[in-house]
Amino acid sequence: MDVRRNWQDLPDAEGRFGQYGGRFVAETLMPLVLDLEREYRAAQADPAFAATMADFWTHYVGRPSPLYFAERLTEHHAKEAEAKGLGGAAKIYFKRDELNHTGAHKINNCLGQVLLALRMGKTRIIAETGAGQHGVATATVCARLGLPCVVFMGATDIERQKPNVFRMKLLGADVRPVTSGAATLKDAMNEALRDWVTNVADTFYCIGTAAGPHPYPEMVREFQSVIGREAREQILEREGRLPDAVMACIGGGSNAIGLFHPFIADESVRLIGVEAAGHGIDDRFEHSAAINGGRPGVLHGNRTYLLQNEDGQILEGHSISAGLDYPGVGPEHSYLADIGRAQYLSATDTEALEAFQLCAKLEGILPALEPSHALARVGDVAREIGRDGVLIMNLCGRGDKDVFTVADALGVKL
Amino acid sequence: MSARLASRFAALKREGRAGLVAYVMASDPDHETCFEILRGLPSAGADVIELGFPFTDPMADGPSIQKAALRALKAGGSLKQTLDLARRFRETNADTPLILMGYANPIESMGYGAFANAMQASGADGAIVVDLPPEEDAPLRAAFAANGLSIIRLATPTTDERRLTKVLDGASGFLYYVSVAGVTGANAATSAQVRAAVERLKRATALPIAVGFGVREPEAARAIAVNADAVVVGSAIVDEITAGPAPQAVERVLRKVAQLSEAVRSARELEGTPA
Repeated sequence: MDVRRNWQDLPDAEGRFGQYGGRFVAETLMPLVLDLEREYRAAQADPAFAATMADFWTHYVGRPSPLYFAERLTEHHAKEAEAKGLGGAAKIYFKRDELNHTGAHKINNCLGQVLLALRMGKTRIIAETGAGQHGVATATVCARLGLPCVVFMGATDIERQKPNVFRMKLLGADVRPVTSGAATLKDAMNEALRDWVTNVADTFYCIGTAAGPHPYPEMVREFQSVIGREAREQILEREGRLPDAVMACIGGGSNAIGLFHPFIADESVRLIGVEAAGHGIDDRFEHSAAINGGRPGVLHGNRTYLLQNEDGQILEGHSISAGLDYPGVGPEHSYLADIGRAQYLSATDTEALEAFQLCAKLEGILPALEPSHALARVGDVAREIGRDGVLIMNLCGRGDKDVFTVADALGVKL
Repeated sequence: MSARLASRFAALKREGRAGLVAYVMASDPDHETCFEILRGLPSAGADVIELGFPFTDPMADGPSIQKAALRALKAGGSLKQTLDLARRFRETNADTPLILMGYANPIESMGYGAFANAMQASGADGAIVVDLPPEEDAPLRAAFAANGLSIIRLATPTTDERRLTKVLDGASGFLYYVSVAGVTGANAATSAQVRAAVERLKRATALPIAVGFGVREPEAARAIAVNADAVVVGSAIVDEITAGPAPQAVERVLRKVAQLSEAVRSARELEGTPA
């Protein structure tokens, strides 16, 4: 397959990235997703829409987020490289999307979608959430723009993520516990789809990752691509060159596709995603590594890599990071993996926890457990690139929300 | 297009009445009980059987069918088991059409060609795949055409004229009208709304029109049966599985089907206006 010919033009008119993506939704929703696509195209072509977004990004979210040279982490990995007789380590830069309002990259997308909803005359926003980050970001934007917000959240996750549940309530959102299935993120998404199919006239479904029926994967990618556009400009200014690699953690993969996409045509730049390997990638399926440990199938409106059994039943998966604990992945990642343009590594719970602590001690930054998975592989990649190289890792969320989980995992009683 | 579906709807037309499409979930609450239910459905009055195959993530279903799917999966239900139940049913009954209903991923996992071949071999007549809209069902369409199976499409309250053309292109067997925007077993549309919608659809297609979603009680079924060609009931039937002691599940389900069937059969006599 000639990957260079049209990779920037994807998805195609049917919402496909190769065999992935598409619009696998109930007929009741088809007119809605087609309408959404038309409205999204109109918004894309409207400079006023872009200007409103930019204004919110600057004054409300705090963009551009800094590009930060992680000097001590780089030194640490360089020393390790020398100890192994390797030629040093590449300079590690963090794209600091954890400094955004609400503490993660999620708000980039929520802002875009909720502004689009307003433009479409929708009067009610629904969202699904796992860890609660997308729920908090959606509730935040809805509060700011004056729209009622309903967040579906698995009952199991509500128990695990109490602080975020309270945050959403403070922001005025109606948090609905989902008890169907295993009561986690995928069930919350099922319930949001059930709500949408019931409230077709007034409701906008704000999906939290670059997945779902077309045009969501493309739309979320475009809203998140501000990460990669800024990073590309910033690194050219700082280093006068493109990076050798850009890295990000992958759950659904919205922060990763946002970082990757503006670099996709720069063939010298390696795109590296890091999936959650949980307790290890094997046939127990106690991981959330859809690309490394799953196979293609159809769920939640798109064809993509999924954790599933031989009958096509979806498996729950596991990750210490609630934000990566999803049995699928955005369809564009499935495509980039198949054509070999991006590479997908993985990190276990234990490796992520170690990386979390290392980053805290060396850089004075508590990373979220999600980017801690990318941090767990950043040393390997930096050493592989070597002394004169440069890499950018997206630090897509801050770790304040995870201190209880980390304490628990380390056997510390708070 | 399935011959069994065509001749069943032709017979209903001759009789001047609507048919009852009875939905049950395969392997709910277990394989053998489900088989007993299937075997009893034709004499209880089901004109067409809709056999659900379980999926972990039934996004268009309400609580009743979600629970039925979980019971079925717990009992070892799968697409393969569903096809096996269809085959065993067909050994007991030659002419009642049986269609499958479910979600795309178990079929993707089996492969569209293998699925169509297995359906043909087990005597199933068609399928409704909820999350395969016309834009995405080309592989299934091709596999079904090669095996004389019907692909049953859905029209909904959100389907406008332009969309309807797309839905009807390639549809066969019958057209399933989802009477309310929502999940299975939830709110019901008013009978006036449903009648108007059925009239509109009949002007657009010669396919029989079956109406479902939110039809729970005999009275509601009767009202729809006045001008629709068939009435689909699912949630209210599967609810009977757990509505009392387990040993009487078959009896309860078949009794419910008989009540619904009686209402559907007598609808036009009472109304006095054969459609």
